[in-house]
Amino acid sequence: MKCDLCDKEAVVHMTQVVNGEMKEVHLCEEHAIAQGIDLNSPISITDILMGLSGPQKNIAHELSLACPRCGMAREEFRKTGRLGCPDCYKTFMAELTMAIKAMHHSGQHLGKIPAREGVQTKVKSKIARLQQDLEAAIAREDFEKAAKLRDQIKKHREENTPDDGSKK
Amino acid sequence: MTLDGLLQRHGGWLESGPDEGPVISSRVRLARNLRDTTFPGWASKEVRNRVWNEVVLAFDGVPDNGSFLRWRMDELSTLDRDLLFERHLISRELAERQTGSGVFVNEDECRAVMVNEEDHIRLQSLQPGMNLQKAWEIADELDNALEQGLSYAFSSKLGYLTACPSNVGTGLRASVMLHLPGLVLTEEIKPVINAVSKIGLAVRGLWGEGSEASGHMFQISNQITLGKPELEIITNLEQIVLEVIEHEKNARLRLMSKQEIRVHDHVGRAYGILANAALMATGEALDLLSALRMGVDLGLTPNMVRRDIDRLFIRIQPAHLQKEAGVVLSPEERDIKRAQLVRKFLEGK
Ligand SMILES: [Zn+2]
Ligand SMILES: [Zn+2]
Repeated sequence: MKCDLCDKEAVVHMTQVVNGEMKEVHLCEEHAIAQGIDLNSPISITDILMGLSGPQKNIAHELSLACPRCGMAREEFRKTGRLGCPDCYKTFMAELTMAIKAMHHSGQHLGKIPAREGVQTKVKSKIARLQQDLEAAIAREDFEKAAKLRDQIKKHREENTPDDGSKK
Repeated sequence: MTLDGLLQRHGGWLESGPDEGPVISSRVRLARNLRDTTFPGWASKEVRNRVWNEVVLAFDGVPDNGSFLRWRMDELSTLDRDLLFERHLISRELAERQTGSGVFVNEDECRAVMVNEEDHIRLQSLQPGMNLQKAWEIADELDNALEQGLSYAFSSKLGYLTACPSNVGTGLRASVMLHLPGLVLTEEIKPVINAVSKIGLAVRGLWGEGSEASGHMFQISNQITLGKPELEIITNLEQIVLEVIEHEKNARLRLMSKQEIRVHDHVGRAYGILANAALMATGEALDLLSALRMGVDLGLTPNMVRRDIDRLFIRIQPAHLQKEAGVVLSPEERDIKRAQLVRKFLEGK
């Protein structure tokens, strides 16, 4: 079996939890080291390979500590406060979401969108902005405006939901 | 143009500043990263080199790409890197990086693109005086041009993805450099800094490493980058900066109406030392030039114009002095050269 991150033969096989989902992970020696797995430690490597390790849950937890794309360990991220690659945002989503909310008092981008991004991204962004306006309108009890915004959001959502043929 | 050519120039953003006393310049910075690519701080040399090459290619799509000079950090001496840093064209962090790291600077120095700093791309647009809107428009335009050749890491929820979560979203850091000697002398600077910090903006000293402000220069910038459109971030910052400028102007007026003789003494003594000292450290020079600059604003030094003093602020720095001398100088030799440079300038006035 090949390594998940390159074409080399995988020597470490394990279960990783990503965003609450169990996922099989296969790594070559180099990438296993990059993930912070100590290949020199006879206990862990043998145990993992032979499936003789302690409670499965524990391993799953240990292994969820690194980004599958760039190999940055959670420990490293915590130490430096810097991420290893754009995918780290998914890997460390739980703690990042909290940190980002605390830093920016928001969790939704409302600025510029690269021209290369597809229509879907633009629609999502438009809806997010309308949603924020809607919340503001409700907060100041401008219900007339709120109703209009709600209709606009609904319209955008309907227009951009792929037709699955179930309607009509 | 070589780096030595750069030295002969005065930095476009200092060249034509509108007459706005406390304001030095406005800056907009955008952080961008390439999709599916490890961030520079965690990437291998190969990846960093690939990023550099991709940016070089993307520059072909920039309309006036011929006006950009480019340097890779690993081909520059420490002195040259310091020179770029002192001119605000690169960050201290970029100056310390090597493989794959570099900078593109356009001839008037109003635009610079750092490659492989903390993020793959840090695009900067500098304007003289209070001109955030224009700085943003220019940055936005350059960003659009580069984007045609690059796929940015972007999420519809978190916007532009950056190496540090504090830059995520717009990736936009807007800042204004201010000269605030009035608030320092009236000891009102602390409450102003506290108030500004409380509303989510950052205040930093402009020169020197820490937050200690040499030359009474301060930089005010936004901290929040996510959840607001770019123009809103810029407009908010602009409003607060205008208020700080008002406070500074009022502080100067109060000083002049209540303590004119002390202000005169302060400026005059600064002039006396600048005109006669034989040894001068950077920090001392910055503080004395700051007093002189305020003197110009208040009409106390009729022979001088602010722009000349602003140029001196740049020229007295260590790398600039050494480039001008053409040799590496010891700290004491620099202090001698610095004092000479300032004396010569004042004699010419
Ligand atoms: Zn591998
Ligand atoms: Zn990663």
